[in-house]
Amino acid sequence: MRENVLQRAVVILLVTLGCLYVTLIGWRAPRLDDFTSLDQIRKNLAANIKLGLDLKGGSYLVMQVMVDEALKKMTDDNAEKAKALLENIGITVKEAKSLSATQMAVTIADAGRSAEARDKILEDLGKSEWTSSLSGDTLTFTLVERVAQVYRQRAVEQAMLIIENRINAFGVAEPTLQRYGAEQNHQILLQLPGVDDPERVKKTLVLESNLELRPVDGTYRVYATLEEARSVIGGRTDVEALPLDEREEEVLDEDGHPLPQRKRQPQPDAPTQYLIVSKTPIIVGRDLRDAFASSGSVDGEGSYRIIFKLKDEAAKKFAEWTGQNIGKGLAIVLNGRIKSAPTIRGQIRDTGEITGNFTKTSAEDLALVLRSGALPARIVYLEERTVGPSLGADSIRQGVAASVAGLVFIMLFMVLYYRLSGLNAILSLILNLLMLVAVMVMLGAVLTLPGIAGVILTIGMAVDSNVLIFERIREELRAGKPVLNAVELGFDKAFVTILDTHVTTVVSSLILFVFGTGPIRGFAVTLLAGLLANIFTATFVSKTMFGYVLSRSERPATLSI
Amino acid sequence: MMELFRNPNYDFLGKAKYFIAFSVVVLVAGCISMVVRGFNLGVDFAGGTKLTVRFVSPPDENQIREALRKGGYAPDKVVIQRTGKQLSQTDRNEVFINTPQTEADVDGDKRKITAALQQHYGTPIPPDKLDVNLIGAATLADRLTELDVLDLKKTLPPGEAEKEYRRFAEHVIQVRDAAGGTLADLKAVPLAGFDAKMGEALEKAAAIGAFNVVSAEIVGPQVGKDLRNRAIIVTIVACIGMLFFIAFRFEWIYGVAAVIAVIHDVLITLGLFSLFQWEISLTFIAAMLTLVGYSMNDTIVIFDRVREQLAQRRRDDIAKVTNDAINQTLSRTVITSGLTLLSVLALVLFGGDVLRSFSLALLVGIIFGTYSSVAIAGPILLWWKRYLEQRQRKTSSEATAPVRTGEEKPARQRAKSASVRS
Repeated sequence: MRENVLQRAVVILLVTLGCLYVTLIGWRAPRLDDFTSLDQIRKNLAANIKLGLDLKGGSYLVMQVMVDEALKKMTDDNAEKAKALLENIGITVKEAKSLSATQMAVTIADAGRSAEARDKILEDLGKSEWTSSLSGDTLTFTLVERVAQVYRQRAVEQAMLIIENRINAFGVAEPTLQRYGAEQNHQILLQLPGVDDPERVKKTLVLESNLELRPVDGTYRVYATLEEARSVIGGRTDVEALPLDEREEEVLDEDGHPLPQRKRQPQPDAPTQYLIVSKTPIIVGRDLRDAFASSGSVDGEGSYRIIFKLKDEAAKKFAEWTGQNIGKGLAIVLNGRIKSAPTIRGQIRDTGEITGNFTKTSAEDLALVLRSGALPARIVYLEERTVGPSLGADSIRQGVAASVAGLVFIMLFMVLYYRLSGLNAILSLILNLLMLVAVMVMLGAVLTLPGIAGVILTIGMAVDSNVLIFERIREELRAGKPVLNAVELGFDKAFVTILDTHVTTVVSSLILFVFGTGPIRGFAVTLLAGLLANIFTATFVSKTMFGYVLSRSERPATLSI
Repeated sequence: MMELFRNPNYDFLGKAKYFIAFSVVVLVAGCISMVVRGFNLGVDFAGGTKLTVRFVSPPDENQIREALRKGGYAPDKVVIQRTGKQLSQTDRNEVFINTPQTEADVDGDKRKITAALQQHYGTPIPPDKLDVNLIGAATLADRLTELDVLDLKKTLPPGEAEKEYRRFAEHVIQVRDAAGGTLADLKAVPLAGFDAKMGEALEKAAAIGAFNVVSAEIVGPQVGKDLRNRAIIVTIVACIGMLFFIAFRFEWIYGVAAVIAVIHDVLITLGLFSLFQWEISLTFIAAMLTLVGYSMNDTIVIFDRVREQLAQRRRDDIAKVTNDAINQTLSRTVITSGLTLLSVLALVLFGGDVLRSFSLALLVGIIFGTYSSVAIAGPILLWWKRYLEQRQRKTSSEATAPVRTGEEKPARQRAKSASVRS
């Protein structure tokens, strides 16, 4: 008991200093202003002790990726592909359609060649991914469930990637994006600290962009009505009429920039006009390497345009096409509307631009969408929580005030009831809380409201450990044991109990941490940190302090407990 | 030394039947209430929209109800609550608006309610201005840059104008939030550190609306169910884990008794929340987990002493030994529970509305967690031990074995528990 007090004190001092350092400074070398400037200290603390959105304010969004829509789209594509495939080898297809997200049916005219047709399609789709069944002239293909799962996961991952890109471009500090709940739920959790108008973020996320560059059919001619355009198209299926947003008879130079020239001002109430364009795009959205908003187009200040760059492969194709089609029109089609349709003057290599009535925000949003591509499937919001920074601050203030009130009361009681030994308990309690915070900082864990619950249970158990020890010592003293013996026995006997209670709680909080989500995890992390700290403070620290007090006299006769 | 109890010797286990009777009454009442009345589930579990709205001045609930009725919400569907305490100005200006989901989109109700309140309240905001109490810094910065009252875009290098407006917008929102979430006057924004004309720019870009939606909780119907199910499952798994650990450290009956006591506490707390229709929110789960941990802790402390005493006093009556163990730990039980209870009481009184559900559950939980260790876990342990002893005696007398073995066996049974001690 009285031995090694000095060594133990050194250990405690080192632990305390280490915890203080981690909490106040973190994982880096100290600077002078870490100690001198109160402002810097406050900043360090705020950076190290990460607060959850419920305390700090921000937005919390749970969304579900409708993965089966992505599968349906794939199956639709496959049905179309199968039709083309069979017609290539001379089998007439009556109908090819998807039955569900993972199933499609192909009906052929000549039932005698169905086996051949099946083999051909399976070869193309992949024999390990699809199973087939045959009844009469109808072939049914089903995606293997295991493979479907893989595709679904891929859709979620892709969606996450795109969301991440868009959020990063949005400039939110420390956003977190993670899978949420069970894997087969296909849910994503997005947390945006400090963002209190999630509407704007959500708008950016769902922006669809389907960009295509398509040739204008024949000579450049604008039609006043859809009917007029359709009558010109007649029975052709390779072209279609699309609405034209702005009629700009622009001319592009060698770099794809429109040449400055007088332009007709778009009239807001002008009737929609139409242009006949080819159905086959030369360039599509995924051919883009980069896209960015740029200010100051030909309209002068205040107007924005989007400049895009093409990937190598696409650039080659584009250069070839523009080289052959000088003088013709090129329609920039965005989500089924022609944004502009400039005339090509020379060969364009890898750059182009989209002009139109863009503001800074809309140009940046569109550039962002072009850069990151569209979501593979629709997103549905399941949960949205927004905590204003003022409300979060209120929760902290009230929670902290209440905890401090409770803590002060506990300390007062301990000193009154156990006198000097109570002081001992207070010191261990303070060190316990410091260690708890330091462990949280080290783990990079986030303190949430349920986390505060964990802190309260930790305080409860820390006090309990001390009470257990002190009551044991008192019992031994009452039984007439000498002071030194009593303290020794008290610690030994209480240690078994403390270990049992703590390990039991560690077992349960480990389970909560592994299997729990969100609030349950926040609780478990703080509690785990607190329990580990507590085993150290209640037994090692407290015992050392008793050892020090007792070592001051040869045969201590009394103990202030 | 100061002592709460001097050699306490209360016959706790002798009164076990009264305790159990009391528990059964409370449990039955709670269970009936759970079935008949159900729970007052908050948005977190029931789904729906809960908005915390701060007005510039204290609002009238009937006015809000009227505004929402005009916005298409039947008055009996919407719950409008004032915050519990009315201590500060922000408390007086604040209301909770709670509605089940009525729109197809999960977040549709937030927009609809905000629009209905905007329609009804205060001077209408001109269409070309932003409501400074409803927007974020990014939106305000965009608008300021667009208007460019200070002509910064012409005088500053490219990009700097945006930065300066952004800095000012963040300042405005910060002032607003420091003022409790609502600004009452645009002129109240201090302009120190900025161009004096920024005030003019702000007034061009924005106006003061009557309220701010400081927090929104929007939960789809499926989410609440998932959350609840997960919480229940994970708690059960945690209980099983603890049961096994206690069975390993003590004997399995200790684990069973402790887990039954914990289930008893959880059920009683749930029952009381149903009886009094206290709201159950997300933090309630944290409180339940805390309660499980606390109750378990309390039971183990007593069991530890029972185990120790049984090992030392093999020849004494088990009931006496168990009862003594409870008495020996009595001052610890009372001190620890009392202290924890008081700090939770502080949380109930000063912890604010967000923590209300949490602290109330904890308050109830700690009282019953302490009670159940003595009143439920103790008797279960004792009865099982007695049952074992009787069975031993019966089998040994039937086997016409020497009388001695009948006494030795239970002793060995006890010794087994002692030998597990580390």
